[in-house]
Amino acid sequence: MSSMAKRTQDWFGWISGGEWLLGVLAIVALASGWLIVGALLFWLAMWALNVRIAGSAMASTRAARIAVPVIFGVTILVVWECLVRGLGVSPIILPPPSAIAARFVSSTDLLWVDFKQTALKGAVSGYFIGCAAAFVAALAIDRVPFLQRGLLPVGNFVAALPIVGTAPILVNWFGFDWHSKAAVVVVMVFFPMLVNTVQGLAASSVMQRDLMHTYSANYWQSLAKLRLPAAMPFIFNGLKISTTLALIGAIVAEYFGSPTRGMGFRISTEVGRLGLDMVWAEITVAAIAGSAFYGAVAVLEKGVTFWHPSQRN
Amino acid sequence: MNRVLPILTVLGVICVLWYAAAVWMNSTWTLAQAERAGVEMTFSEIVADTMQQERPKLPLPHQVAAELKKTVIDKKVTSKRSLVFHGWITLKSTLMGFTLGTFMGILMAVGIVYSRTINMSLMPWAIISQTIPIVAIAPMIIVVLSSIGVEERAVPKAIISAYLCYFPVLVGMVAGLRSPDAMQLDLLRTYGTSGWATFWKLRFPSSMPYLFTSLKIGIAAALVGAIIGELPTGAIRGLGARILIGDQFGQPIMIWSALIAAACLAGALVTVVAALQVLTLRRMGFAR
Repeated sequence: MSSMAKRTQDWFGWISGGEWLLGVLAIVALASGWLIVGALLFWLAMWALNVRIAGSAMASTRAARIAVPVIFGVTILVVWECLVRGLGVSPIILPPPSAIAARFVSSTDLLWVDFKQTALKGAVSGYFIGCAAAFVAALAIDRVPFLQRGLLPVGNFVAALPIVGTAPILVNWFGFDWHSKAAVVVVMVFFPMLVNTVQGLAASSVMQRDLMHTYSANYWQSLAKLRLPAAMPFIFNGLKISTTLALIGAIVAEYFGSPTRGMGFRISTEVGRLGLDMVWAEITVAAIAGSAFYGAVAVLEKGVTFWHPSQRN
Repeated sequence: MNRVLPILTVLGVICVLWYAAAVWMNSTWTLAQAERAGVEMTFSEIVADTMQQERPKLPLPHQVAAELKKTVIDKKVTSKRSLVFHGWITLKSTLMGFTLGTFMGILMAVGIVYSRTINMSLMPWAIISQTIPIVAIAPMIIVVLSSIGVEERAVPKAIISAYLCYFPVLVGMVAGLRSPDAMQLDLLRTYGTSGWATFWKLRFPSSMPYLFTSLKIGIAAALVGAIIGELPTGAIRGLGARILIGDQFGQPIMIWSALIAAACLAGALVTVVAALQVLTLRRMGFAR
């Protein structure tokens, strides 16, 4: 109870501080039409609030760790809105967040169609095929040390190459629909996934493998019970890198030809028509989809590799 | 030899697979042509034909090599048909973006290491920024920059490069600047060292191995960014533009030679950074 009371007191302590005054000034300035001054004051107020939270005893709580970046993000949106309006920036250059939000809400149907075409059909299917293929290939490589020594440097090299450049070729081979997008994604995620999985399979120590040997475990048993679990942090690293690559691949491939739907298609046509609010709405969808995809894999990782030091706090 | 042989074998196998795949994929066209002409073709005739098509579905290594020789060695460097010329355009934006991205990454890392507020506010957004597919933003950056009067084509590409390249640098530098242990920091405190001197004499030097590891990832990412920046925008110069033009005019050999050139450029850039890494770390006394 006492800690609760102290916490409440802390909250009130902050609000009575300087950022409170700054905040009031900011609102006054905004209300009286001084948008640029208001934006600056608002920025200062929120920054002061963040400094206060980060410096307080609550900084390590979960609430604070969520609140600080959220305040930062909201501040940027408010400052963006105020500056665009205050400076009279043309919506062709930079639309204000409110216009983007309005466009987002009014065209959810179209955005959903694009999302289905690009993210669900192209990116996700390619992601699963590519990651599964790389995983199987990694298991095969792992059994043959000669291949391991040969393929790993090559794979490392290929993983650093600008593979997105193959998009026009694959679109040419597999046609305009989502199959070619999935193919680009497969090629893009294959090598990072392969390299990470092979590394992961080598992660268990000799002593651990010897122990499995003394248990007279065969190859598959020691793979399932020791080496795959030990490889999981590496495999998930590859899976997480691949989520971003998958969306990039699916969107880029659409620049080279697609049916009249899809996020990449929409972005390139709307940029041509100077409909930047629609472009930003698609970017918002891409950001949400990308973060959600990454987040889903990260949550799965937390569940699977709960034993790993990086997951313990 | 023990290390080179497996790599050569793998490369050889890739080459053989490439030829096999090319014969298989290009034969569709050959057979269609033969059927239209009403000619029966023997297997060796088919194979021979698939190796020398003007617009093959999958160009063969020797065709790509010939095209590379034609566009890299035979053409003058200043010619617009020279891949060296286009490579230079892409390299320029890559290096601009790499410099900008590295600078931003280091600056943000210093902020994150020294200020808890910046750390808490910025770090989650830095991670989120990388889950946003940058290519979605690329066409817009170019339109916006040209409408506010930046005519230089290299600038938007450099911004995209910087966006892809800053994150590995940021992550590496945060780890690097935090790598000195408490004992070393305490020692400097007993000397009464200022924060400024602690940074230059301890934190920054000890972050160097981390920095160079990130730079190797960063420069490869910067090249990818520069090429991506050329793809959706109708650029006419640069390796990405060659890929684009090859696609529009149905010239697969052109696409493939641009791709190989990009791969060589990536390899060269990473090698240069790796050499710098060895040189610097040796001079600084990181043993090995």
